[in-house]
Amino acid sequence: MRHSNTLWMLAIIAAIFVLIFLNLVLGSVSIPLQSVWHIIWNSGDEPITWQNIIWKSRLPQALTALVAGAGLSISGLQMQTVFRNPLAGPSVLGISSGASMGVAFVVLLSGSLGGVALSKLGFMGEIALSIAAVIGSLSVMALIVYVSQKVKGNVTLLIIGVMIGYVANAVIGVLKFFSVEEDIRAYVIWGLGSFARVSGNQMMLFVFLMTILIPLSFLLIKTMNLMLLGDSYARNLGLNIKQARLLVITSAGVLTAIVTAYCGPIIFLGLAVPHLCRAIFQTSDHRILMPAVLFVGAALALICNLIARMPGFEGALPVNSVTALVGAPVVASVLFRKRKNELNE
Amino acid sequence: MKQDTIHINGLSIGYHSKSSTKLVAKDIHSTIYSGELTCLLGANGVGKSTLLRTLSAFQPKLGGEILVLGKDIDAYSDKELSTTIGVVLTDKCEIRNMSVRELVGMGRSPYTGFWGKLSKDDKRIVEESIALVRIGELASRMVHTLSDGERQKVMIAKALAQETPIIYLDEPTAFLDFPSKVEIMQLLHHLTRQTNKTIFMSTHDLELALQISDKIWLMDKANGISTGTPEDLALSGHLSNFFARKGIVFDKETGLFRIDNQFSRQVRLVGHGQKYAMVRKALQRNGILANREVESNIWIETGDLKTSGFIIHETSGSTYTPLTIEELLAYFDIEKS
Repeated sequence: MRHSNTLWMLAIIAAIFVLIFLNLVLGSVSIPLQSVWHIIWNSGDEPITWQNIIWKSRLPQALTALVAGAGLSISGLQMQTVFRNPLAGPSVLGISSGASMGVAFVVLLSGSLGGVALSKLGFMGEIALSIAAVIGSLSVMALIVYVSQKVKGNVTLLIIGVMIGYVANAVIGVLKFFSVEEDIRAYVIWGLGSFARVSGNQMMLFVFLMTILIPLSFLLIKTMNLMLLGDSYARNLGLNIKQARLLVITSAGVLTAIVTAYCGPIIFLGLAVPHLCRAIFQTSDHRILMPAVLFVGAALALICNLIARMPGFEGALPVNSVTALVGAPVVASVLFRKRKNELNE
Repeated sequence: MKQDTIHINGLSIGYHSKSSTKLVAKDIHSTIYSGELTCLLGANGVGKSTLLRTLSAFQPKLGGEILVLGKDIDAYSDKELSTTIGVVLTDKCEIRNMSVRELVGMGRSPYTGFWGKLSKDDKRIVEESIALVRIGELASRMVHTLSDGERQKVMIAKALAQETPIIYLDEPTAFLDFPSKVEIMQLLHHLTRQTNKTIFMSTHDLELALQISDKIWLMDKANGISTGTPEDLALSGHLSNFFARKGIVFDKETGLFRIDNQFSRQVRLVGHGQKYAMVRKALQRNGILANREVESNIWIETGDLKTSGFIIHETSGSTYTPLTIEELLAYFDIEKS
């Protein structure tokens, strides 16, 4: 690893710690810096409401943003590598559409058929949503993996994935048409994405799952490096293409499925972070890129969460708007500046 | 020290699909030797790529036998193959943000561990491969900033780093300009001598293949595959039959191909050396057959490099002295009209 790369990596890790702290400090209820510090180290007597805000709201939210950002970014990098397409991202194979479809079934049908609006069910409703999302996305993923073993070209697979996404969206459209307004609203809000929905025990489970899955995705580093060369060269260097494709897509799919289940379909991060990292680190080597997207993804998600919760917005700003509004100009400017440098060389 | 590394017995190649089998070529018998550059020539669509893909085990053969270093190719595992056969392909590989050294290092993948980290030995072999292909000054450049020819050299270095006794190249010179073509072919020829590797490539560059390769494989729909040194194939008439098409003739004197022109007239040409050859070539292109044997009223004296210009002896006995071939051609143009 180049010297400057190590420095960048350390800087980003340091930034993550700062961002976590900022996430604890900043919010619609203002809690003095010192009190936050005391609450974290469990010293001093701070008001119980403040303790609850930090422990039960801000910390879970920060951790959720952290692992969700990391997971989506890794998933995006894997998709871009396996399809050798810079526009690929976690949502490209219809996996997040699958999650949306699962959620749509639960939210929209429970009202129309069961006669209960899911939004009134509270905690049970939340769990039902997560399960529906996981089932929806994993079933789409299973379909994609099955197809990936049947078709040869990556482009064909990509197109089929996009088609599956369209079908899922069409099903959602039909469901919406037959649903009551209240449920549609609940569904739309889920679709805007949020790091705040996950609370308490659910957050523990989410973070636990991701801390197992993310390291697993690192086992595919050599495979992904070989994939950069294209199918024929990779095969000639001893890579079993079918198996490799299966593993990488599964890894990316599961990460996306779980994040989407807990946070809703978060757009943009998964597509943008890999590009940002390639620009910063000037490499395609996954031994550097994988940790890089993990850290940068986590940091970016924390920033977005911070902005979404800025005093004044009262937590009302949807994460998806922030990721795109903040992230797009940043990434575009980085890529633009890099392209200019390349031309000047 | 030559060794027969690849034996092909009654090989059939083609594609299997659910409903049918498309046979591209059958009954191929041949041998490829180490320490030699073998070139596969054939028209588009005759199955050169299919043959190469079958030989590199990218696709299954339809029948027959391929023995690689005395062992059937089907008995090789993916891993063993990756250390036995290295490939270089036609298509540009769209890799961004990877340095030449890193890409050549990928050739070490079959030997590296779980994370693909290069050991000291691996790094030494990478540097040696880069040196063999003479791209030392490119080593730190990003692959996407290289020209097509440079990129092909990098891929050849990758194949060398792979340390395989056999290297297959599928039209490695396809998109290159002429000097780069020559450079790549000479490099490959040089490598066979220096490393005793078996190098087998397909190409469309007839002239270069005939001049540089040790063995030629001619692949043809009608006659299958004929093999031999370029010279033997020329003597036996295989080459002239092979390319017997309108517009191309195999010049037995030079052992090379040239474009067959229809001659509208003949002119006696006197002289020797380079100037003689150039005038002859220029007139040939303009539909005039010119050489010493021809009898004509008007004749051209080329002189040699010491004399300036050319002398045209007209029927009337007067002479005209054009200084360049362009002027000489202009004279014949005027005369024609």
